Amino acid sequence: MKKKSNLPVHKKAMSKRLWDQRFLFLLLLPALVWVIIICYAPMTGLYMAFSNYSPSTQGYFHDLFGAPFVGMDWFNYFFENDFRLIMRNTLATSLLTLIISFPAPIIIAILLNEVRSTRVKKFVQTASYLPYFISWVIAANIFLTMLSAGGVVNDILQALHVTNKDILFFQNGKYFWGIIASANTWKGMGYSAIIYLAAIAGIDQQQYEAAEVDGANRVQKIFNITLPAMIPTICILLILAIGGIMNTGFEQQLLMQNDAILNYSDVLDTYAYRYGMRNGMYSYGTAVGLFKSVVSFILVLSANSITKKVNDQGLF
Amino acid sequence: MIKKKVKHKKSKQDVILDIIKVVFLSIITIVTIYPFWNIFIISINDATDAIRGNLHFWPRVFSLESYKNILSRQEFLNSTKVTVARTVIGTPIAVFVTTMLAYVLSRKDLVAKKFVTIIFIFTMYFGGGLVPYYMVLKNIHLLNSFWVYIFPGCVSVYNMILVKSYIEAMPDEIFEATRIDGANDLTIFFRMIIPLSKPILMTIGLFVAVGQWNAWFDAYLFTSDQGLKTMQSILVEILNQYSMGSSNSEQMSNAAAGMTVTPDSIRMAATMVATVPIILVYPFIQKYFVKGIMLGAVKS
Repeated sequence: MKKKSNLPVHKKAMSKRLWDQRFLFLLLLPALVWVIIICYAPMTGLYMAFSNYSPSTQGYFHDLFGAPFVGMDWFNYFFENDFRLIMRNTLATSLLTLIISFPAPIIIAILLNEVRSTRVKKFVQTASYLPYFISWVIAANIFLTMLSAGGVVNDILQALHVTNKDILFFQNGKYFWGIIASANTWKGMGYSAIIYLAAIAGIDQQQYEAAEVDGANRVQKIFNITLPAMIPTICILLILAIGGIMNTGFEQQLLMQNDAILNYSDVLDTYAYRYGMRNGMYSYGTAVGLFKSVVSFILVLSANSITKKVNDQGLF
Repeated sequence: MIKKKVKHKKSKQDVILDIIKVVFLSIITIVTIYPFWNIFIISINDATDAIRGNLHFWPRVFSLESYKNILSRQEFLNSTKVTVARTVIGTPIAVFVTTMLAYVLSRKDLVAKKFVTIIFIFTMYFGGGLVPYYMVLKNIHLLNSFWVYIFPGCVSVYNMILVKSYIEAMPDEIFEATRIDGANDLTIFFRMIIPLSKPILMTIGLFVAVGQWNAWFDAYLFTSDQGLKTMQSILVEILNQYSMGSSNSEQMSNAAAGMTVTPDSIRMAATMVATVPIILVYPFIQKYFVKGIMLGAVKS
């Protein structure tokens, strides 16, 4: 590893400083081994996306650099074939998730703040982030059960005369984006609400007292004090959510999809997995994965730099 | 909370607010809790009877056959052991390695501090993807090994940032004094940093433990040995059998043949067995959880 030195700033010689910090580097060693093997070694494998990779028994780097170079062929193949369908599914699922899951925790936080009884407040809050703790396997099981023919959701819809026979939610692709968006919201809303509650907790109580003296009712206080105080947090989380729009989830799709609705359920991550691992098209799967990584890397970095600006200048 | 000294007459808007509040928060509570109850009552209902559906609030015919069945399956019991083992072994290792890294990166005088920090932060935003990762694991012989559950999760950069900011908030003077007394970095780390960071270590330990308990994809993809399957991955297998579809009529005929369990009832019972431990420890761990999110929120 190259050690960049900031030598002019320090009086001691580099070798002396390194020797002084030998125990620090000892503590760093396990994490360094980890990051090289688990994070950076696979990055070398991105070369697969530009070659015709096939694994043999002769070792990782032999296979990797022995594979014939094919340039951008895999990317072109993707753009010419399934790109539009997969991007449609990815963006549709993400946007729908954003539309449902973004406002939900804001509303929860504001309404929870209006609850007088501490016990009720605590109970509702605790309930709301319970789904965050369970695995996607269990969440998928729950959704498959609740939405099955003869399941609770169908029973409710029939009682309300929305439909008179069972809706087969997992046999019809048009429901799938909504199911994933609801599942994402269900699992994450309590978690996000905590962040907003933290923002609300930071509001100066004197503002409320002053408003009370002026005769403001609670609705007015929400719109004139609570909500404006939450806006910086809302903006930051919104920008970050938009930055993560390519990461539309993987486990939930994989667990709830089936072959009948693949045209709606397949997103970039599941597509790359299916071709790369299941179908053994290693190079193609890597290429699709690389495309996704690069786009989302750019999006996330832009989002981060925007939030930094928002943080520095303040929005108002 | 504001203590009202003078009781105002409620305005019309406030009455509407109260109604919305009660309705909305009730819906949220029901939507999050009821599904667990629904799965629970189906799981303790007689399997054949459950095919008729319409189980909403209470079991019709009580039966624990599905639990007896699932808990007598060797593969399920073994998977429980694997899950417990990865949680119990993986969590302290991950907390320890992550804390070592956090301490090193928190040191202002570290040689090449910026470079080392960027090496780790970069991995939060970019990676090689699944196929290269799989090939690397294969070449270091981690496939079909218990350590595939432990080693990749040794460090979490996100958790590292939480611990690092916690350590950075400690006053430098206490460490300076110890250093003048002749303590080296190892002594400071083990004798001071670890004991002083206990609250944040509990929090990230909780994150890691829940993650270990819930993980299934690594067992699903990186192991083929049945003896290494985790509880959640066994549950995925059960789930896959379900989505392949054993039809109602098929289940009916099984029932007629005198079977006391169905694939569905097994699925419900297995789901409950995997969920109950989380629900049991939940009240004790959730305050650390809230603290952790708050810290993370402040950081990001």
